Amino acid sequence: MDAIVVEGLTKTYKDVQALDGMSFAVSAGQVFGLLGPNGAGKSTTVRVLVTLSTPDGGRASVAGHDVVRDPGSVRRTIGYVPQASGVDREATGRENLVLQGRLQGMRGPAVDRRADELLETFGLAGKASAQVKTYSGGLKRRLDVAMGLMHRPQVLFLDEPTTGLDPEARAAMWDELERLAGAERLTVLLTTHYLEEADRLAQRVAIVSRGRVVAEGRPEDLKRQLRGDAVSVELGDGQPDRALEIVRGLPDVFEVIAEGSRVHARVDQGAQAVPGILAALDGAGIPARAVTVSRPSLVDVYLHHTGRDFHADDEAGGG
Amino acid sequence: MLGQTFFLCARVLRNLARQPIWIVVMIVQPMFWLLLYSQLFRRITDLPGFGTSSYIDYLTPGVAVMTAFFSGSWAGMGMIEDLDRGVLERFLATPAHRGAIVFGRILESAIVASLQAVLILLTGLVLGATNGGVTGWLVILVASFLIAAGFAGLSHGIALLTRQEASMIAVAQFIGLPLLFFSSLLIARDLIPGWMRTLSLLNPVEWAVRAARGEALPGTDWGEMGAFVALLVAFAFLMAAFATWCFRSYQRTL
Repeated sequence: MDAIVVEGLTKTYKDVQALDGMSFAVSAGQVFGLLGPNGAGKSTTVRVLVTLSTPDGGRASVAGHDVVRDPGSVRRTIGYVPQASGVDREATGRENLVLQGRLQGMRGPAVDRRADELLETFGLAGKASAQVKTYSGGLKRRLDVAMGLMHRPQVLFLDEPTTGLDPEARAAMWDELERLAGAERLTVLLTTHYLEEADRLAQRVAIVSRGRVVAEGRPEDLKRQLRGDAVSVELGDGQPDRALEIVRGLPDVFEVIAEGSRVHARVDQGAQAVPGILAALDGAGIPARAVTVSRPSLVDVYLHHTGRDFHADDEAGGG
Repeated sequence: MLGQTFFLCARVLRNLARQPIWIVVMIVQPMFWLLLYSQLFRRITDLPGFGTSSYIDYLTPGVAVMTAFFSGSWAGMGMIEDLDRGVLERFLATPAHRGAIVFGRILESAIVASLQAVLILLTGLVLGATNGGVTGWLVILVASFLIAAGFAGLSHGIALLTRQEASMIAVAQFIGLPLLFFSSLLIARDLIPGWMRTLSLLNPVEWAVRAARGEALPGTDWGEMGAFVALLVAFAFLMAAFATWCFRSYQRTL
C-alpha cells in the first residue's frame, strides 16, 4: 500500500512556480528521499503534504487521507520535522516534547512516559531539563526529530534534517536516522540537497528539479541506468571554461560540466578515454593535477536528466 | 480546544516566568507609574470634577487599566517571534485547534494584566487608596482582564498581518498614547474639552477606565458600569475574532 501519493501538484507563489506537476508515490514502511538542489520544490511539496500549504492543482494523500479535503486526519497521522526546527527555545527539551504530545491529542501519564522514552533514545536525557537555547545544533536537531515522533506517527516528514549541522553532527544524525528507519515501522519522507545523504538513507529517491520529478528509483538503479564511467579532472591552474570547451570537443565524451576547478564528464570506458582527455588539455597548455575515474554518482544522474549541474543549481537556488 | 488553549497559554507564561528582568520590570513599572503620577498631579484634585479629594483613589484604577492596555498592545511581538522561529508552523502541522493558538496568547496577556492589577491595587492600598473594597477590586480586575484581552487580540492580529517587528512597534506606538489621552484615565472628565470627551466614548480604554472607577469612587452607577463592562466584553470578543481572521489569512499565504 502507498503511504504517500502525490499526483500532479502545482503551486505558484507570486510569480515563482514552486511546483510544476510534482508526482511520486511512497510505499508504507519505506524511507523515501526527495533529492534536489535548493529551490527545486522539495520543501513546498512537504508543506503541502503536512497540510501547511494548499496546492493550486493536483492532489495528494497521506496514509489514505486527502491533504486538502481531510487535513485533520492527515495531521493526526504524521510527524513533521520542519527545516526551521520550530522548537520553543525558551522551554526545556522535556517541555517541548510534552506540549507536542498534548497538541497531538495525547493525554495523561502516557505523555510523560513517551517523553522519557524519547529523551532516552535520542540521548537527550542529560539535557532534558535544560532550556533548548543551551543545546548544540546537533542536540537540537535530535530533539526536533524526537518531537516529530512523540505521538508515534505512521508517516514522518524530515525536511532537510542535516542542513546547517557540522560534519560530525551530520554523521551522528545519519546513524540516528538509519537506526530509526530500522527499528520503527515508519514511512519516512526525507528531503535533502546532499547527494550522499539520499544515497545512504533512502531506499528510493525522486530527483527533483524545478518543481517536478525528473527521475525516480533506487539510487543504485538510477546510477546503473547511466552507461559508462564518470571522469573528473582537477585542473592545475584554473581556466575551467577553456578546459570545458576542449573536453566537449572530444569524441565519445558526453555530459561535460565544469565545477570549480574541476571538469566533470562521462565516457564509455574510463581507462581508455583518460589519456586522450589529458593529452588534449595538455596540448592546450592546461595541465591536469589529478584525475579520478568512478562509477556515475547521483550528480551524473541529475546532469543526465536535467542537462544542468547539480551544485550550480543548488547555489543558484539560494539557501 | 479549552485544554489546548490552556497548554499553549501555560507555555508562554512559563517562558515569561523564566525571565527575571521581565518579572522585575512588570512588577516595578506599574508601581512606578502610580507613585510618579500621584506625586506629579497631587494637587490636581483641588480642581472640581474628580469626585474625590484623593488623586491616588482616582488614579489607581486608571494605572491598572493603562498597564493592561499597554501590555496587551505589545503582545503581538511574541507572535512574531513564534512566526520567525517556525514555532507557529509546527503547531499548525498538529491537529491542535487553530483558535487555541490565538486564544492561548490572548489569555496570557489577560492573566498577566490581572496579576499586575493586583500588585497595583496593593500598592494603591499602601498609598491610601481603598478603591471601593472587594467589589471595587473585582471590577478593576475584570476591566484589566478584558482590556488586556481586547488589545492583545488586536495586537496579535496586526502581528499576523504585518509579520514585521518594526511595523508592529509602529502600530503599538501609534495607538498607545492617543488612546491614553483620549480618555479620563489621568484627568477628570469634566476637565476634558467637549469634543475630546465625545470622541473618548468610542475609546475602549475609556470604557475600561469608567468601568474600573465605577465602584472605586463614591456615587456608583451600576447601570453605567454594567454597560461599560458589556462593551469591553464585546470589544474583547471582536478583537479575538479579528485575530482569528488574521490567523486564517496568514495561513492562506503559506
